[in-house]
Amino acid sequence: MDLNNIQQYLLKEIAGIDGNNLTGAFNIRSDSLSIGRQSTKNIEIVSKTGVSGMDIFIKPDTKGESVHIPVVLTQSGLKEDVYNDFYIGDNADVEIVAGCGIDNCGNHDSQHNGIHRFYVGKNAKIKYVEKHFGSGSGAGKRILNPVTEVYMEEDSCCEMEMVQIKGVDDTERKTVAELKAGAKLIIRERLMTHNEHRALSDYAVVLNGDGSSADVVSRGVARDNSYQKLDLKIVGNAACKGHTECDSIIMDDGKILAVPALEANSVDASLVHEAAIGKIAGDQIIKLMTLGLTEAEAEEQIINGFLR
Amino acid sequence: MLQIKNLSFSVDDEGGKKEIIKDISLEIPDGKLIVITGPNGGGKSTLAKLIAGIEKPTAGQIIFNGEDITGLSITERAQKGVAFAFQQPVKFKGIQVLDLIRLAAGRKLTVADACAYLSLVGLCAREYINREVNSSLSGGELKRIEIATVLARKSLLTLFDEPEAGIDLWSFGNLIEVFRKQREEIADRSILIISHQERILNIADEIVVLNSGEIEKQGAKDKLLPELIGTPAAVKNCQGINSEV
Repeated sequence: MDLNNIQQYLLKEIAGIDGNNLTGAFNIRSDSLSIGRQSTKNIEIVSKTGVSGMDIFIKPDTKGESVHIPVVLTQSGLKEDVYNDFYIGDNADVEIVAGCGIDNCGNHDSQHNGIHRFYVGKNAKIKYVEKHFGSGSGAGKRILNPVTEVYMEEDSCCEMEMVQIKGVDDTERKTVAELKAGAKLIIRERLMTHNEHRALSDYAVVLNGDGSSADVVSRGVARDNSYQKLDLKIVGNAACKGHTECDSIIMDDGKILAVPALEANSVDASLVHEAAIGKIAGDQIIKLMTLGLTEAEAEEQIINGFLR
Repeated sequence: MLQIKNLSFSVDDEGGKKEIIKDISLEIPDGKLIVITGPNGGGKSTLAKLIAGIEKPTAGQIIFNGEDITGLSITERAQKGVAFAFQQPVKFKGIQVLDLIRLAAGRKLTVADACAYLSLVGLCAREYINREVNSSLSGGELKRIEIATVLARKSLLTLFDEPEAGIDLWSFGNLIEVFRKQREEIADRSILIISHQERILNIADEIVVLNSGEIEKQGAKDKLLPELIGTPAAVKNCQGINSEV
């Protein structure tokens, strides 16, 4: 692959990778084109027909392999809908790294709508990492609207780390999950908004099987004049355990609306939600100042830790 | 050397002013370990916060190594070598023990170096170094981590505000050893500890008794401690110490 500096920079930010030195299965998408792809013996990546996107087939019992499918947009004004479906075979144990970086130096909005569907086989385990990042000095917005659907078979396990690093002007994030017996879902969302950014994040997790569990934790920092709305809903239809947590730091003129929701349709469902919004605690800043940090440095450390 | 000159601090109290610190003057020479004791509400913690810059005095001066630091911020004082161990350690979300020790040291510490500070306060470093400094840690663990971060600062003047508060009995013995060791190592540095504990008073060079915002007594440990034993200024039992080991 012949990557330019912006492409390399974005790939580093969202996936922590050197695009010229990738191993395992991968597909690099840049400005709506696949500029590099590799399947392996156990992981096959196939282009969809009719719509933009890929089917990713992971064979049963595949262990310790990874798939990288990062997306970068560098053309101002580009708008795309991309459908990626992951079929994870029974007993597989793999890591999937996605993410999208938009560099917009122009005056037109750039937008990526990524629709990811995961079909997680029995007893399979995945770790999914998705990072979003915006850069560039143009007046055009950087817009990312991810849809994540997770369908989990018995005793499967899915750990999802979904992070909006910074620089995303507008996002509408929608995540739905359905879990069968014994399935376990762990979600860690991190959202940073600043300037005039807007972020809406909506979760609907349905626990259908006995012994299924979900732990959904969203941490956000709203700075400047930005706005965040978090809808976290868990539905318990069986003997299951669900926990949601919205934990937000509000700064400057930021605004945050947290709407946790629990719905139990079984007497054996055990569901808990927690939600907290507040500014950075004064004693945290004072403590770090006694270690020699300025007030601004202390705030940065506290936010970096919070969004880790 | 720290010199406190005619320091006063008052707060608004139902239409009037309440004086917490009343015209105190005090010197803390280099190489000395000073313990400030006295009854609760006597102004001890406030005095430590005034020295660290967390509170601003209403009158008086604080001179540190010949420089008037009265108007300096917490950060500026810390950068000049003042360290402060909080009575109630602060909890964070996401910041790990290693992060805090590195920030405290102000330099790139290796993990092994950071672990050494945890070992000093009796914590098994391997188990704690990557833990978050949050409420999953017990009060005693947080307190020991707080002391470890302050030790990592290697400051010219270190203030400990009731280091025994919330700490368990085993850790308390360990803590005395830490102070004793610090005491042996300080040459141009000084330590100021706020405590009621007789065992801590016993390792002081000098004891200051603060009562109702004023210095009631001040003198060498050997002279003053016998007078204080049995009073609230020098408790022998485990008051304030968590008896759970």
